[in-house]
Amino acid sequence: MNLYHLTVHKAAEMLNRREIKAQEVLEAVSRRIDLVENKIKAFITLTLDQAEKKAKELDDRHEFTGLGGIPYGVQDNLCTLGVTTTCASKMLEGFIPPYDATAVGRLKAAGAVMVGKLNMDEFGMGHFTETSCFHPTNNPWDLTRVAGGSSGGAAAAVAAGEVYYALASDTGGSLRQSAAYCGVVGMRPTYGRVSRYGLVAVASSMDQVGPVTRNVTDCALVLNLICGYDGLDSNSLEAEVPDYRGYLETNLKGMRIGFPREYFENYVDESVRDAVKKALLKYEELGAVVEETGLPHSKYALPVFRLLASAEASSNMARFDGVRYGYRDEEAQDIAEMMSNSRGRGFGPEVKRNILLGTYVLSKEQYDTYYLRAMKVRRLIKEDFDRAFEKYDLLVAPTTATVAFPRGERNEDLSDLLTIPASLAGIPAMSIPGGMVDGLPVGLQLMGPRLAEGTLLKAAYAFEQAADYHLRTPVLEV
Amino acid sequence: MTEKYEAVIGLEVHVELKTNTKAFCGCGLSFGALPNSHVCPGCLGMPGAIPVLNRELVEFAIKTGLALNCKIAEFCRFDRKNYFYPDLPANYQISQLDLPIASAGYLEIESEGVKKKIGINRVHMEEDAGKLVHQGSIMTTPYSLVDLNRAGTPLLEIVSEPDIRSPREASMYMEKLRSILLFLRVSDCKMEEGSLRCDANVSVRPRGQERLGTRTEIKNLNSFRSLERALEYEIKRHIELLEEGGELVQETRTWDEDRQVTLSMRSKEEAQDYRYFPDPNLPPVIIDPEWVERVRKTLPELPDQARERLMSEYNLSSYDANLLTMSKDVLDFFDACVAEYNEPKLIANWVMGELTRLLNQNNMEIKDCRVTPSSLAAMLKLMEQGTISGKIAKVVFEEMFNTGDAPEKIVKDRGLVQISDESAIKAIVDEVIAANPKVVEDFKAGKEKALGFLVGQVMKASKGKANPEIVNRLLREELSRP
Repeated sequence: MNLYHLTVHKAAEMLNRREIKAQEVLEAVSRRIDLVENKIKAFITLTLDQAEKKAKELDDRHEFTGLGGIPYGVQDNLCTLGVTTTCASKMLEGFIPPYDATAVGRLKAAGAVMVGKLNMDEFGMGHFTETSCFHPTNNPWDLTRVAGGSSGGAAAAVAAGEVYYALASDTGGSLRQSAAYCGVVGMRPTYGRVSRYGLVAVASSMDQVGPVTRNVTDCALVLNLICGYDGLDSNSLEAEVPDYRGYLETNLKGMRIGFPREYFENYVDESVRDAVKKALLKYEELGAVVEETGLPHSKYALPVFRLLASAEASSNMARFDGVRYGYRDEEAQDIAEMMSNSRGRGFGPEVKRNILLGTYVLSKEQYDTYYLRAMKVRRLIKEDFDRAFEKYDLLVAPTTATVAFPRGERNEDLSDLLTIPASLAGIPAMSIPGGMVDGLPVGLQLMGPRLAEGTLLKAAYAFEQAADYHLRTPVLEV
Repeated sequence: MTEKYEAVIGLEVHVELKTNTKAFCGCGLSFGALPNSHVCPGCLGMPGAIPVLNRELVEFAIKTGLALNCKIAEFCRFDRKNYFYPDLPANYQISQLDLPIASAGYLEIESEGVKKKIGINRVHMEEDAGKLVHQGSIMTTPYSLVDLNRAGTPLLEIVSEPDIRSPREASMYMEKLRSILLFLRVSDCKMEEGSLRCDANVSVRPRGQERLGTRTEIKNLNSFRSLERALEYEIKRHIELLEEGGELVQETRTWDEDRQVTLSMRSKEEAQDYRYFPDPNLPPVIIDPEWVERVRKTLPELPDQARERLMSEYNLSSYDANLLTMSKDVLDFFDACVAEYNEPKLIANWVMGELTRLLNQNNMEIKDCRVTPSSLAAMLKLMEQGTISGKIAKVVFEEMFNTGDAPEKIVKDRGLVQISDESAIKAIVDEVIAANPKVVEDFKAGKEKALGFLVGQVMKASKGKANPEIVNRLLREELSRP
């Protein structure tokens, strides 16, 4: 039996019953990393030594509750106490946070074993984990294809069995798009459901932390731990957190599902559309009522997102100046030159493009034309969703317009076009394996009203149990 | 020439609030603490840290807004003001742009007996930056050190309407604002320590003209005195330039304290674009009108009310009442003293006279002073009972100020009890008369002044302890004997 291949809930059960030890689980993961990491390149930093210590401690005390003893990875834009956090940027060279992100801290307190920090696009800006200052990450299903981004490291590591699950972030669709390309489950919870404290900000009004897992049950288990109010995040929601396992049932009788026609237009590959339509038929079989609906303003989502995200990012990136931490140009002759050179040399081209665009968008002369207008359209996009959710419990659509494509053949706009509207609206959305096209996974996107994570999990679980896509794994052993 | 023109002045005042913690994190406030000892990931601008609004800051802002007769917004918002500077950890300052917490208020000043309202355009909340420290001169030092203890300290920016017409009015506005803030106990208001800072906008126009002249902004005004001086200088500069047919440039200038001149810092064209936008990290602040009413009920007596009370209840002059209400601590001292000894005018004289003199001389605040309202009252009672004379009282008071001892103890220890025993005084009077025949003759010849000399001699011989009234009476009695 390959231990690394177990689901989180299965491994947790076995640990509890003393059928396996945390050290054995870690050993299996460690061997798996040895075997496949040079092909996938999902990690920036490995922390196996610390992980071993922790696993041994847990075995000695035999305290296994929830996710205790289970190895996981963290996208490298979540701060980890004592472990370098780079955001895949030269700018954060040598930065070791003196604090844990709240989500990381909660998993740590539950006994989870972190094995490393996962690759991403530099500061989350990019689409295919190619702007990382370290290396790109490859898709486990086809190493010549992209893993998606910016959470490519997280999705690829989970898909390749290098970690049981990962904590990642989602601003415009990062973790959902990567999960779709890599055939795993990725959930972006309602904005404010998981604390953003310790998540290095890109676009603060959209950034969210969420789990990447191999199945829906594992997603529910991770959510149980990371969701909930945090006084360190002013936008954190105070709503009660249910036990999400309670939503894992297969009877969808009476559930109303809408599919927004804008998500099925011609720019979406026909094969992807067909796969998602098949999934919709499956939902009807499961007892749901499925109807076509519309989100008319979603066609503006992409430009609105680019304007707002770059504006916020330009301001959020300002703190990286070489004064207090990270990369500093030591040769500069005065403060202004030091700050300017540190930024000029520390940031990669994609980050600079965003800063330039955002700075322009916020300039006095352009503010009304771009920022203010984008904010107004954002409201319209949100209202589209509000109207849709008066009629439907959730919306189902493709996560991405295509399956993962070969490195180099990219179309940036198409990669997050379908994930951005939910980000702008702040609603929960997830991607689950929803079909296969030419041996590559298709992502099925579920979107629900605020705080409807439970409804999403229910619909996702019912589909997962009725299909078998989550059981398929990429073949990496040659 | 100056009569031809009218100055138009508006002030922007920054006040550091003395809340328990910083504006957006849990760090305590500090002045003069070890560098970078009051910091956390939040106020250090570390990656991933998020500001969380201090409720006390909002409460202080509401209080101040109400005391300045402002309308308190039911909905306000924080914006980011973006600019790069090494003492600004996130390289943006959290401030309020178009939705400040309070607006449309006023405060009242009294200029030569005439009351005048100065409009308050707005009061908004923001955070302070840290400080750069240099070894020696900033021009020659090879590096700058950053101290972020002050970063994140809550500030209020209070912007007046351009209703001020003279440098004197400007400093009266500042004095009134300062006393209101002190009465509210929201700030220490120490200009020299930077907890109260002021920038002035000034323009001049020919009297009768509606349209405003080109304005300049003056920074680096670190005292009431420099505020007045800088405005005087700047107004004169404007007028002279206009008279010469020159044209003013809208610009920011700095006050050079050493040379007593204003110098150009940057022109309007060089002004930065701060790229303000709503801070996505901070949800809008919704202020329940009930909250405002609760705060209103906790407002203390304010300087204007206290002034009225002192004038109507104690019959103090407007001058005395003004001085006593400059600071809440002074007024509290006065009130406590009057409560123990009902001689308000006498107490006012001592507080504004000897006490203030000694405080200034020792560079102290009344709250750090060893003299208490009770001990002052006790001393005044000793005077009333005739135990000590007014002259001795000053000696006793200084001793109280220096040692904190009770007046009774000082009088006893130093043997300062007034001599009222007539036979003892009579003996000295006889000696003095015998020793000064020439002066006695002068007096008898009608030289009234000569008596003063003789009184002085008696007082000297008694080491100041003889009761002056008795000395006077006995001297006259003796000298009127044929």
